[in-house]
Amino acid sequence: MKNVIGKLLTVFILTIIPLSLFAKDITLLNVSYDPTREFYEEYNAAFAKYWQGKTGDKVTIRQSHGGSGKQARSVIDGLEADVVTLALAYDVDALHQNGKLIPADWQKRLKQNSSPYTSTIVFLVRAGNPKNIKDWNDLAKPGVSVITPNPKTSGGARWNYLAAWAYALKHNNGSEAKAAEFLSAIFRNVPVLDSGARGSTITFVERGIGDVFISWENEAFLAVNTLGKGKFEIVVPSLSILAEPPVTVVDRVVDKRGTREAANAYLEYLYTPQAQELAGKHYYRPRDPKVLEKYSNVFVKTELVTIDDVFGGWQKAQETHFSDGGTFDKIYKR
Amino acid sequence: MNKNNVIPGFGLSLGYTLLFLSLIVIIPLSTIIISVTSMTFGEFAAVVTDARSLASYRVTLLTSFFAAFANLIIGFITAWVLTRYEFPGKSLLNAFVDLPFALPTSVAGVTLTALYAENGWLGAFLAGFGAKVVFNSWGITLALIFVTFPFVVRSVQPALEELEKELEEASASLGATRFQTVRRIILPIVSPSLITGFSLAFARGLGEYGSVIFISGNMPYRTEITPLLIVTKLEQYNYAEANALALVTLLTAFAVLFALGILKRIIRRVPA
Repeated sequence: MKNVIGKLLTVFILTIIPLSLFAKDITLLNVSYDPTREFYEEYNAAFAKYWQGKTGDKVTIRQSHGGSGKQARSVIDGLEADVVTLALAYDVDALHQNGKLIPADWQKRLKQNSSPYTSTIVFLVRAGNPKNIKDWNDLAKPGVSVITPNPKTSGGARWNYLAAWAYALKHNNGSEAKAAEFLSAIFRNVPVLDSGARGSTITFVERGIGDVFISWENEAFLAVNTLGKGKFEIVVPSLSILAEPPVTVVDRVVDKRGTREAANAYLEYLYTPQAQELAGKHYYRPRDPKVLEKYSNVFVKTELVTIDDVFGGWQKAQETHFSDGGTFDKIYKR
Repeated sequence: MNKNNVIPGFGLSLGYTLLFLSLIVIIPLSTIIISVTSMTFGEFAAVVTDARSLASYRVTLLTSFFAAFANLIIGFITAWVLTRYEFPGKSLLNAFVDLPFALPTSVAGVTLTALYAENGWLGAFLAGFGAKVVFNSWGITLALIFVTFPFVVRSVQPALEELEKELEEASASLGATRFQTVRRIILPIVSPSLITGFSLAFARGLGEYGSVIFISGNMPYRTEITPLLIVTKLEQYNYAEANALALVTLLTAFAVLFALGILKRIIRRVPA
């Protein structure tokens, strides 16, 4: 009996040692938000190949997608995400504030505010643009039906709202009161407030409700190219917002699981030309100027303002506009 | 311990029941209360009596009530047909009754919205009469009727099955009209189970989320249900405020179940 156990042990040790010495099997979990699903599927394959070539380790990346805020809460509640790639810095900040999972200065750890690709907010209109929608002020006109998700529940909708606000500030000499009035006129035209961005896409595209849909740029391209070819057009407003979806390593998790090296590399690889190319292909604006140049026929140039410049960062924007009793609530209170 | 206990094993099985009831129901629900205690009473009161919260209770309570009431009638008729008549395909129909329980409620919501939206085929038909049933309270009620449909049917069916036909025949042969028979014989026997079905449907409606958020339009003050408001609070990482609203929903549901339970006992005691 002892002999058998001894033999088994030897075999076990002989098979385990070479594996752990020469090549590791690593799994990473990337917790992301809804519209990045297709992009990361392709990116993960590219990264796994790169990492195996470099270190010999086989890395498997699992993905989790959902509303950005909901995803952040899952991580706070214990979902073991090695990296998060969310829609807003505000949701990543929550990982620090509510769970102490990452340090406060997480956004300085990678280049360009830790957002390797950007996006913006554009309009999706029906083919031929029957209501002749050109810019934000057309959305405030009576008789135009506007589709946007609820900014209180959707990260994307917060970008929509802030982009409209920035436009109003610019055209009213910075008057906050005028901007609130402008937003209130737009929201009077909203017949349905879906709880998330994908829900709004369905309302506009499938149910045929609304004249204009305020949307993530990549979501709008998805609608134009795959959901309804020839049925929609993209209108880029004269001013929009630079949406910077941030990424970070979740320190608590990678230290516990021993995956820090691979997780760091996973995020750094996002900045390489190959990855930037993939981002562009999935309609995220690449940060790399050379790659962006290649896609100049896709992404229309327009004035893009940033959260930091106009609103003083996400924490402040959240506090002023979307917290209970903030301007969004006031707009809605009758 | 009394060795001559008439129900052997009672202590063990009661302990077992209490353990699992605690692990699965009581402890999770009590964390809601614990989370709420991190607020002062003033904060709690401000959250649960906020104008927007009040508006959401109104929407939630009214639509749940109407949906449960509609199911009281629809469910009773369905149960009646299923117990009283023999027809081909009856067992198939019987199986269909439970489907709303099995279907993910979000699927129900998406499907109903697609059907009743103005470009869906029922919605287009109704729009011809100027009736809009999605993105308003009608839509919410419709979704709730769908998801709570089996409650009344499944509560009433056993009572109707036990109801002896002879009782009705006796009452008829003694000269009672059909209406008198229904009022004096049938209703007293089935009403406790009707109340059970109604209260289950009503309480379920209070907490329903998945099917409603697609069809309601989610407009604050008008078609925003309390569960959505709870999600909104969570989205802002306001766990305590979310739990404050959850506590209100929980207490309301408990009060409804408790009050209707008492009503049921009163009805049972009243001689027919």
